[in-house]
Amino acid sequence: MTLPAETRDRYLAAFERIGGSRKDRPLWLRRLRENALARFLETGFPTVKHEDWKYTGLASIEQGDFETAEPGGGDLSPADIAGILPGEEADRHVLVFLNGRYRPELSIRRPLPPGAHLGSLTGALGGEFDGLVPYFSRSKETAFTDLNTMLMEDGVFLHLAKDVRVPEPVHLLFLMSPAAPPAMAHPRNLIIAGENSEVAVVEQYAGRGDSGYFVNSVTDIAAGRNATISHYRLQEEGPAACYVAALRARQGAGSRFAAHSASFGGLLSRHDIHVVLDGERAECLLNGLYLGNGRQHVDHFTTIEHAKPSGVSREYYNGILNDRARGVFRGRLIVHRDAQKTDARQTNRNLLLSRESEADSRPQLEIHADDVKCTHGATVGPLDEEKLFYIRSRGIDEASAKGLLTYAFAGEILRRFDLPGFRGPLEEKLLAWLPETQQVQEFLRETGK
Amino acid sequence: MSGMAAGPIDEQGKGNPMLSIENLHAAIDGKPILRGVNLSVRAGEVHAVMGPNGSGKSTLANVVAGREQYEVTAGSIRYDGRDLLQMPPEERAKEGIFLAFQHPVEIPGVTNLSFLKAALNAVRKHRGLQELDVMEFREMVLERIRLVEMDEQLLLRAVNDGFSGGEKKRNEILQLAVLEPKLAILDETDSGLDIDALKVVAKGVNRLRSPERAIVVVTHYQRLLNYIVPDFVHVLSEGQFVRSGGRELALELEERGYGWIHAPETADGGEARP
Repeated sequence: MTLPAETRDRYLAAFERIGGSRKDRPLWLRRLRENALARFLETGFPTVKHEDWKYTGLASIEQGDFETAEPGGGDLSPADIAGILPGEEADRHVLVFLNGRYRPELSIRRPLPPGAHLGSLTGALGGEFDGLVPYFSRSKETAFTDLNTMLMEDGVFLHLAKDVRVPEPVHLLFLMSPAAPPAMAHPRNLIIAGENSEVAVVEQYAGRGDSGYFVNSVTDIAAGRNATISHYRLQEEGPAACYVAALRARQGAGSRFAAHSASFGGLLSRHDIHVVLDGERAECLLNGLYLGNGRQHVDHFTTIEHAKPSGVSREYYNGILNDRARGVFRGRLIVHRDAQKTDARQTNRNLLLSRESEADSRPQLEIHADDVKCTHGATVGPLDEEKLFYIRSRGIDEASAKGLLTYAFAGEILRRFDLPGFRGPLEEKLLAWLPETQQVQEFLRETGK
Repeated sequence: MSGMAAGPIDEQGKGNPMLSIENLHAAIDGKPILRGVNLSVRAGEVHAVMGPNGSGKSTLANVVAGREQYEVTAGSIRYDGRDLLQMPPEERAKEGIFLAFQHPVEIPGVTNLSFLKAALNAVRKHRGLQELDVMEFREMVLERIRLVEMDEQLLLRAVNDGFSGGEKKRNEILQLAVLEPKLAILDETDSGLDIDALKVVAKGVNRLRSPERAIVVVTHYQRLLNYIVPDFVHVLSEGQFVRSGGRELALELEERGYGWIHAPETADGGEARP
């Protein structure tokens, strides 16, 4: 599938605008970008004929008149930022990106332990050191990761040396502002965590105003031997936004990696997660909640690859869909021939709150080892009629009973978000989203522990 | 005999029945289950509804509690003189009807204690009583939980989540004891209970017997009726009551089984009486 001329010209122009082939950039970066550009021009955006995109049409991105945003993006004060960050002022490192560009004056920097580097990716991209190349190019690329590599300008580079533990979470806020023509941003984050290091990283995506824009982010994580990395994604883009995100992680032996996700916003969102358990006894948790109402389309495509023996993976994704929203989940599990004693579980549950809402759930297990334990389960359906009756038969009205069961359904996922001070604000956001929010809030207030 | 009185008004002047079911027909997914049930229950009475599997016992219990999955195709139910079928299940609960479920439902994410409190406050609010504060509520629950000999730790767990069969049934009786309904319906509360648990559950129910309260015990076996002694026993077969009597009828069923009970000859809608 080749690109329509107009789209092709738009992205070529964007490539020139960010100086994609400028001779003053390091050679390794130019090569990386030019290879990505060549592949993107060759293949273009995937269509629904592509197996991995069967349920998700991309017309709104392909036809969108997006331009990489100019630096700036309007006046914002630290107080505005505080209003967007979840929870009260907490002990955390905050890096704010506005329309894709790092804004140090809005960020909250704290001292880091020795051996930890946290900063804008721009510096790393400008350097002659080509030791980072493998981290940018070792995963299988898609049209969107290629697009990101072509056009990436900024993002976060976090590097932890051996044994370094960052006690406070690192919070990355990617904020989009209204622009004409509509803006696009391609944030690129790179997290390299050395042996036995530990950190929690939150990526929060949000938009100001209701206008359309396009965010296409890529985060690469390398978790060293026995490292403990927790990643949280809070997607609350604006109601007309197109959001595409890739999270790619490679785990060393004995490492623990958790990727939590709460997807609430955007008109069209697609989340690709690919984790490779590339050392023995690695443990991986994928834990996600997605909510859709109106005409939202929310798509998750996760791949867990067990490449070495004795790995443990757990995947729990719950979706709640209302109005005419559509949810798509595909959970791919690959167990390589060497990955004996793999223990993998996957569940995807979808709650349909309206007749017009829809969910597609497809587990996909590819198991090439014989001594493994792999289970999966998927459900799609309305609230359990018997549970509703049980609650109502105790004197609690129907709206509250529905709200309560919906809240509890989401709670199955949110209770695993174990970052201090983060779950409470998420539960508030969930309550604000619920159709019968008032009754449930009353119920929870009345019955607080 | 009030147990099978045809009309809502008892001619013998014992007062109006609390619950009055007349010619009740109910179906699920278009399949008729109840085919003309008549029953009157007065305050202070304990009725046992017995019958073989598939006779419609659970359907009857669920229809009275308001489960919408069952479609009432004919007949009426009056409760305290009001048309019960017009009331949603939560309204029935607030008016004092309680169904102890045969298969209590698990509600992950909602603690047992907060669920009890929400239910109690809904009922109290409706009755014009002040809602209990945290301390009063705790005290009351701890007192009632001793009655059913249930582990206090279960209060802090999610409702019935991972409870054993016996724990779920005790939890139903705890709810019953806390909510203090006017009409309690126990749907096969004895199923799956060992004899010790059965005695505990029965003790909990017997403590609630009072002149103001009516209890309907739905059961397949008469074993529970050794401990909760009924005033009336009714036998349901193919969606109609075919026998009615005192507790000796339960003993007869124990001895002879259900084989000698035959469905009434009359067609649907018939007013068959024993």
